[in-house]
Amino acid sequence: MRDATATRRVAAVTGETPVARAVLIAVAVTFLGIVLIFPIIVVFVEAFRNGFAAFLAAFDDPDARAAIRLTLMVAAIAVPLNLVFGLAASWAIAKFDFRGKNILITLIDLPFSVSPVVSGLVYVLLFGAQGLLGPWLKAHGIQIIFALPGIVLATIFVTFPFVARELIPLMQEQGSGEEEAALSLGAGGLRTFLTITLPNVRWGLLYGVLLCNARAMGEFGAVAVVSGHIRGVTTTMPLHVEILYNEYNFVAAFAVASLLALLALVTLAAKSYLEWRYGGAIASAIPRR
Amino acid sequence: MPIRTKALAVLFAALAAMLSLASAARAQTVLLNVSYDPTRELYRDINQAFIADWKAKTGETITLRMSHGGSGAQARSVIDGLDAAVVTLALAPDIDAIANATKKLPADWQTRLPNNSCPYTSTIVFVVRKGNPKTIHDWDDLVKPGIQVVTPNPKTSGGARWNYLAAWGYAQAQSKDDAKARDFIAALFKNVPVLDTGARGATNTFAQRGIGDALIAWENEAFLLLKEFPDKFEIVVPSVTVRAEPPVALVDGNVDAASTRKVAQAYLDFLYSPAAQAIMAKHFYRSFKPEGAAKEDIERFPKVNALGIDAFGGWSAVQATHFADGGVFDQVMKAAHP
Repeated sequence: MRDATATRRVAAVTGETPVARAVLIAVAVTFLGIVLIFPIIVVFVEAFRNGFAAFLAAFDDPDARAAIRLTLMVAAIAVPLNLVFGLAASWAIAKFDFRGKNILITLIDLPFSVSPVVSGLVYVLLFGAQGLLGPWLKAHGIQIIFALPGIVLATIFVTFPFVARELIPLMQEQGSGEEEAALSLGAGGLRTFLTITLPNVRWGLLYGVLLCNARAMGEFGAVAVVSGHIRGVTTTMPLHVEILYNEYNFVAAFAVASLLALLALVTLAAKSYLEWRYGGAIASAIPRR
Repeated sequence: MPIRTKALAVLFAALAAMLSLASAARAQTVLLNVSYDPTRELYRDINQAFIADWKAKTGETITLRMSHGGSGAQARSVIDGLDAAVVTLALAPDIDAIANATKKLPADWQTRLPNNSCPYTSTIVFVVRKGNPKTIHDWDDLVKPGIQVVTPNPKTSGGARWNYLAAWGYAQAQSKDDAKARDFIAALFKNVPVLDTGARGATNTFAQRGIGDALIAWENEAFLLLKEFPDKFEIVVPSVTVRAEPPVALVDGNVDAASTRKVAQAYLDFLYSPAAQAIMAKHFYRSFKPEGAAKEDIERFPKVNALGIDAFGGWSAVQATHFADGGVFDQVMKAAHP
């Protein structure tokens, strides 16, 4: 009975006729179909255009394997580091008051508003041979840009906000009451963190890590600037897709692209599963930016 | 506690991976050839041939790495520290820029190898859609209203500078007047809907995205397009074009630091060998010494009326007049797209 009135009230407030509603839904579905679903289908259709054998042959190429290895390695370094940075930053912001806190929050959001090309370029300007630290690095035989460290740095920069942005609202909402209780009962700082803070945010953390990982593997712009495009050495999967496409090797390009798309779909599935399984715990972690 | 140990373990694994990657690279002689956009297919074959040749001569197995992109952008990367043993770029000023900025190679680098350090030359032609539906035969047809022309950005692409110069050369020959030539260039770029950063990007814009009625392209790129997409395109040779000279050079500073001078020099010398010259002709580049090339590879090149860079007063004059900030190209773009 109460449900029925609630539904009626909602309908009354919005007030569309069923026709208008159907049109709105149709517009939304068509839009999603054109910009999202159709392109993903095209990627897979193109990848398998010449059959499964041709699809697999794309991964026989040592350069493609090197690109996959590099992408995995970059994510394996960048994501854990961002997990640690993100936890530390959100912990500091949510639990303590200090001067410059607002500046820190703004800085965390910076990578979202800066073009990835610029994020790559700052590292070239900093670590490049003509850059600020270039001569010193060269004298010590350290290669940062056009090598793995530069790609990792650019990726960390671009993916930095994902973990912190998930955790800050969650931690702020939870407040520091439970931690204060633990401390007053004699638990040390680390123990409080491990037994109270971390378990409280674990689903939000996982959610942030998933998004962070998806972006880390898919990043193109920032990585393109610092990569140097050395085939089989500094080309990540997205860069390798571009190379293959530019060489008229469409099946291979779409095969590698489909692997990237698959990764996105797996991330999406994992995210949906988490939401469904732990909906309540995660609800407060959905960002309110 | 376990979390901290895990994080540490991951960090160590990452560091170990980086170190092993670095040492693996050191174990074998590796040469990096930083090249311009359309040479991907060419150097894949040449590198294979050189690796076999070097192995037969010295018993040493080497690795050749390639990096491709717009010529100007590639020069910029080398200036910023990309560790090129040799550079094989689209035009001399890009290598001059490396020499000026890094002092890693002498200013007279272009005199060190035969034919101005150009193992092959090329020229600029048009590609139109099959049947030439817009009846494009010469430069005049490209400036007509309603015609769309695809050419990359001369600021980043070496090929695009040759394209630009070919157009300028034609306009100059027609009018003998700089102001009129400038108007012609302005009309041409008014018809350009997309300025890609490199030659291959422009080719893809024309061929795959289906944009434009004509593509101004390297001859080698045009032939490759016809080969990749049979029966979709035609080549049109304009009445005036340029003799494009893409030079090669050793980056002394880099090869000396890596102790790879000998093999890098041998690589450049190999480019002038009959075997490599034949491969160049096969990939539609006009070999410097075509004697070793297959006859049919040479015969398919059309006869062209090509101006050398000297006809434009040499590269330093061309750079200053046309492509420097505020030069003719900038003025024309400002006028064409206010």
